[in-house]
Amino acid sequence: MSDKPWEKEGLSEAEYNMIVDLLERKPTETELGIFGVMWSEHCSYKNSKLILKTLPTEGACVLQGPGENAGIIDIGDNQAISFKIESHNHPSAVEPFQGAATGVGGIIRDIFTMGARPIATLNSLRFGNLDKDRVKFLFKGVVSGISSYGNSIGIPTVGGEVHFSDAYEGNPLVNVMSVGLLEHKDIATATAEGSGNSVMVVGAATGRDGIQGASFASDELTEDSDEDRPAVQVGDPFMEKLLLEASLELIKSNAIVGIQDMGAAGLTSSSAEMASRGNSGIEIDIAKVPTREKNMTPYEIMLSESQERMLVVPKKGKEEIVSEIFTKWGLHAEVVGQVTDDGMLRILNGEQKVAEISARILADEAPEYFRKAVRPKYIDDIKKVTAAEITSNDYNQDLLNLLNSPTIASKNWIYKQYDHMVMTNTVVGPGSDAAVIRIKDMDKAVALTTDNNGRYCYLDPIKGGKIAVAEAARNIVCSGGQPLAITDGLNFGNPMDPEIYWQFKNSVEGLSKACKELETPVIGGNVSFYNESPKGAIYPTPIVGMVGLLDSIDNRVTMDFKDEGDLIFLLGANQEELGASEYLKLQENRIDGYVPEIDLKLEKRVQDTVFKAVKEGIVKSAHDCSEGGLAVALAESCFKNKIGVNIKIEENISDKALLFGETQSRIIVSIAQDNENILKKIAEENKIPIKKIGRTQGNRYLFNDLIELSVEEMNNKWENAIERKI
Amino acid sequence: MKAGVVTFPGSNCDQDVYNVLNNIFDLETDMIWHKDKKLNHYDLVVLPGGFSYGDYLRSGAIARFSNIMESVIDYANQGGLVLGICNGFQILLESDLLPGAMKVNDNLKFVCKNVQLKVTNNNSPFTNQYNKEEIIEMPVAHGEGNYYIDPKRLKNLKINEQILLKYKNNEENPNGSIENIAGICNKEKNVFGLMPHPERCSEEIISPGASDGYRMFSSIIEEVKVRGEKLVR
Repeated sequence: MSDKPWEKEGLSEAEYNMIVDLLERKPTETELGIFGVMWSEHCSYKNSKLILKTLPTEGACVLQGPGENAGIIDIGDNQAISFKIESHNHPSAVEPFQGAATGVGGIIRDIFTMGARPIATLNSLRFGNLDKDRVKFLFKGVVSGISSYGNSIGIPTVGGEVHFSDAYEGNPLVNVMSVGLLEHKDIATATAEGSGNSVMVVGAATGRDGIQGASFASDELTEDSDEDRPAVQVGDPFMEKLLLEASLELIKSNAIVGIQDMGAAGLTSSSAEMASRGNSGIEIDIAKVPTREKNMTPYEIMLSESQERMLVVPKKGKEEIVSEIFTKWGLHAEVVGQVTDDGMLRILNGEQKVAEISARILADEAPEYFRKAVRPKYIDDIKKVTAAEITSNDYNQDLLNLLNSPTIASKNWIYKQYDHMVMTNTVVGPGSDAAVIRIKDMDKAVALTTDNNGRYCYLDPIKGGKIAVAEAARNIVCSGGQPLAITDGLNFGNPMDPEIYWQFKNSVEGLSKACKELETPVIGGNVSFYNESPKGAIYPTPIVGMVGLLDSIDNRVTMDFKDEGDLIFLLGANQEELGASEYLKLQENRIDGYVPEIDLKLEKRVQDTVFKAVKEGIVKSAHDCSEGGLAVALAESCFKNKIGVNIKIEENISDKALLFGETQSRIIVSIAQDNENILKKIAEENKIPIKKIGRTQGNRYLFNDLIELSVEEMNNKWENAIERKI
Repeated sequence: MKAGVVTFPGSNCDQDVYNVLNNIFDLETDMIWHKDKKLNHYDLVVLPGGFSYGDYLRSGAIARFSNIMESVIDYANQGGLVLGICNGFQILLESDLLPGAMKVNDNLKFVCKNVQLKVTNNNSPFTNQYNKEEIIEMPVAHGEGNYYIDPKRLKNLKINEQILLKYKNNEENPNGSIENIAGICNKEKNVFGLMPHPERCSEEIISPGASDGYRMFSSIIEEVKVRGEKLVR
């Protein structure tokens, strides 16, 4: 061993000394490797845990909060939804296809480990500027990786969002959210209990892929990161489909105590975490683990991140049932050890003991740090952006430019490659505010969305965090659902950098406030730090994945205008806010200004208004205003049915802010003419601003005397923008 | 009427077909496991979509060797109705129950969207509830749907009126298949394979305004009824 053995494992000297203290001896090389991954940020959340504790995690609907493989919420009728978001950023930066594919595979496993059948997948993706070749390569690779894995396993990819910005050029973000449906009685846990019970490895055989993937994920990307490609795992969706069916069958068979997915740090973390949860120990003989390569060392077997594997603790004498079910699906199921009562994770190689560490120390006693947080200098330089600072000759052209920008443009080039219909539950698919997935044999449905604006979080992380939650909830409400709970995918730079840590801390504070106000607790999530490349850190990007409930499928709403002659109302108020906007970036290439204000109480009332109006059955379309402002939101509602609008608004603000400003808490609804008074009454009861802004008509888009375009022309720009770039 | 849906490892539309047959049409429907050797009496056997055996090697290439396929081939040769959807179509080609072969889509990408189709022959057990030349809409979702057949056998397909469905035109053709072919049957017209997914458009709630898949299943039910009446007579 070198004289600084901790360095190879990504630990600090202080952490090494702590390990020596806890063990009361020096760790062996294998043991130190185990600590390296278990105490990595990826597994231990050592730099984030103390901040994460400030998030609200309780609520009437929460059946399982953070701490298990995934959270679970109640949706009535003894049914529940399990969901979680997870990142696979670093693997996708060096090997986009496999990185993204295994990202899908990993999070799906978390969901079926809970006993839930996955029913939908969403993706939140961030890339650099699509004009660059390397970005095109990453973008195409990621989309095709998601498509390949998701389509093959037969779970529909129904939504998400994709943003393009220079900040993500060297370090793209690939966050995948999986959503599963289960009965309350089938909830499984990842606990190892009952001394003498067997421990089984089931699923695929173990190879050398993905060794130290967790440590790789907990470091910055450099020019040499390409050499870390062996740290990227390789996915096999066919194997996972078999594992999914076998695992769900196993959980239903009532033959097991606990089941845990082998993700980051493979066998090591799954056994330590299962034992720690059950206040037990686990003894494993790695010679019994099915391998697919010869001469693997104990270290490699313990730390391999080979995909599509699970750790199972069967009830006493039920090993045969596990074997039968897995054999039926053509998968391995081997007894590799047993549960003990001494609290130790003991690794044997045949007769030889290679490691013996307290499971609790590994899984739960990693150090927890508050890092130093310093408000970054650039924040002090932010000033209000005025309309006069933005050049514009022609608002028609400005709107077309916005519709043509990849962040706003239609994402059909992407989602046409995803099977979004399999399982035949997709009532509202990709391209809408939220996807709506029916629950077969029931009248109800769930609404699913992901949201975040990294630019907002960069300029004002508290507001950015609040807006991410508010917008997600707005999307759910615009689809006819009631927001229930969220999962958070927290993507940041290096937490040892005080300015990054400040962004992290404040973003979480923003999320936390909004979750409390909008009554959507956090039931689980993922932290991804070290998202940096030689060009710097990414924008702070706390992605919100939200699930809502439609108690009747008849309440579903989409963004598209349905008929000519309908009235268009704006709920919420227009303000003079151009800071942080897509418009400012596009016209002036400026990322600055004040992020739009967000009043969470008003936000809630606007959402309540829409929710109530939907229940009254009067809402024909609903769409929130986000990137690109009111002008873009209206245009998006015209496209599907090629219906035009005539908008007339008098407002005491600049034309630019009216058209393209990104003021929050605004929703556009269209209703039949006869229902005007009902809508106004609901708005009045909720004390929110409401304004009739026009009606649907013809096939042209008219906005005051500022914009006149044909819907056809706008649609062509918007629909094919990404394809033109590729 | 009794139907069976085969589950291969990697099938992922098996439950979707089951749902339509059992819940929408109220037919007695069994799930058939690929390892089974014997096929019970069925009026219809469906090979569903998905990625049987991961589609490794070539779509459908491994599934044809599974235990159940031998019985399915016997059943088909005795005149039993077989419907192969998407991956099921690929398996029928690999099993030589239908002629031709499947290539990767010409743009090399998976494609999932609704396409317009033309019913080129409505005189079959699978299309009798459509009008001839009727334009219908169904979703496709595949990476290998680029149907190919050599000119000589293509001519036979036409002479025997085995082409039941075509993509409406070149623009609607999502994969580059020869002569826009979307679905063909055997000469005896009891085995039909198609790339589009009728089970995904048999309910208004998930395919508003385009529930054209429904009539493919009612065509089959009508055929089974007629066959039954013939037997009685």
